[in-house]
Amino acid sequence: MRLPRFLTNITGLLAGDGHADRVVPPTGFTAQLTLFAAGAMAFLAVFAAALSISTGRLADRWSDELARTATLRISAPAEQLEAQAAAALRLLETTTGVASARRITAQEQQDLLTPWLGPNLPLDALPIPALIEVTQTREGIDADGLRARLAGEVPGAVYDDHARWRAPLVRAAQRLRGLGWLSLLLITGVMGAMITLAASAALAANARVIETLRLIGARDAYIARAFVRRFTERALIGAAIGAALGTLSVALLPSADTAGGFLTGLGFSGAGWLLPALIPVIAAAVAFWATRTAALRTLRNLS
Amino acid sequence: MACDCTAPQCQAHKGGKTQTGQAVIELENVSYSYGGGELLSDISLRLMPGSFHFLTGPSGAGKTTFLKLCYMELMPTSGQLRVFEKPVGKMTRDDVANGRRRIGVVHQDCQFLNHLPVAENIALPLTVSGRDPAGEAANIMELIQWVGLANHADVLPPQLSGGERQRAALARAVVMSPEVVLADEPTGNVDWDMSQRLLQLLIELNKMGKTIVIATHDLNLIRAAKAQVAARVLRIANRRLQLAGADL
Repeated sequence: MRLPRFLTNITGLLAGDGHADRVVPPTGFTAQLTLFAAGAMAFLAVFAAALSISTGRLADRWSDELARTATLRISAPAEQLEAQAAAALRLLETTTGVASARRITAQEQQDLLTPWLGPNLPLDALPIPALIEVTQTREGIDADGLRARLAGEVPGAVYDDHARWRAPLVRAAQRLRGLGWLSLLLITGVMGAMITLAASAALAANARVIETLRLIGARDAYIARAFVRRFTERALIGAAIGAALGTLSVALLPSADTAGGFLTGLGFSGAGWLLPALIPVIAAAVAFWATRTAALRTLRNLS
Repeated sequence: MACDCTAPQCQAHKGGKTQTGQAVIELENVSYSYGGGELLSDISLRLMPGSFHFLTGPSGAGKTTFLKLCYMELMPTSGQLRVFEKPVGKMTRDDVANGRRRIGVVHQDCQFLNHLPVAENIALPLTVSGRDPAGEAANIMELIQWVGLANHADVLPPQLSGGERQRAALARAVVMSPEVVLADEPTGNVDWDMSQRLLQLLIELNKMGKTIVIATHDLNLIRAAKAQVAARVLRIANRRLQLAGADL
């Protein structure tokens, strides 16, 4: 059975040809340049991937969790506050789409305000509204209907489904995720460009070798393969080292905790840790394509 | 003696009859121009299997250009060039590479891969054609001995003298057992004894049935060859193949 041409190229490349590899003289600086470029780009790619995945995770969490919670804020004279809060809880119990409703306790309110107003806050002396945390079912609440009912039964209540501040946060997180993927694309492009430059330099430095090989009957594919294999190997090794170091650096970042913010949550989770393993493979594929294109273009200019 | 040259200027050809059979290389009204100037004009020639040709002419007459056309390093700007019966204009790059495997070339400047030992350089045509030189080590060694480089098999090409380079180039040219051997001034850098030795190698190859074309302006070499083999002399002057088969 005849294999497709690109598969033949790849299998030929993987199989290698010791003699073909030897026809190209060892190259000094281009070898180091390719190794370094692939390593550095893979290192950066790990961070870009981690950023994308983390922001994606954040966006999903914000979208999902915040979309399912809402707050009912009841502002009323002190003597009516408890009655309105109780009425609101009763109303919520009979509202479709409410999974649970819970009054925020005075102690929880104290804890929430402490970072801004200090620990000795006289909560009783302040007109603090009553807060009810509402968790929605997957089907969600008819917000307009609920607001209409609240206006009739609990006039001091304001229903806040967080949409006002949730939307820009989710949008920002999604944009960060997009920027992360764009960075990955740019890193891949830069790596391809650098390998093309290094391969072109190597091809130019070996113009006489290539000419000699052509004149004794070497086919373009044979000559190109000698360069392609060399640069692909270097990119693979360089990117493997860079990806390993990048992954280690991400793993050593402070771990997320309850007080952790976005930066401490930067990293992979679960099967996501396998993603950096793909980076050397992608780097090798980019090197294969870039070197092959550069080599065949150079060879086409020779007789 | 029949002439395999179809040039109208050829004296031997005027006898009327041209040699029949399949030419290994055939030029039909071939011209080659470069940079607006015509270097070769209206060349017609059939190189028959087993023939022996000298190509003479003053420096810059176009001998090297002629040889480059024959092994397809250059393509004619007009006319028909057929190599092993295939028009070069219709050949793919792989076809050209395959054709070159059937033509051994000894270049004037003997290009080698300087990072590989002489033995590996000689075996290079086998390597690039996908054959394993290790499997033909005995033949390669025999060839290296035949050109008198047995003691230099492991040295790098820059360590060879001019004559040794010419012999190594000849060995590389014939390692694939090509049907045609083209040599461009193969004795240009060597003394008389060495040039005789190289000539003997080429004559021996011709006796094996190879077509030989030697570009040279060394008339003594041509005389020495004609004493041993039915060599034909072609002359390029004023961009044309003016004379063929003439006695010196």
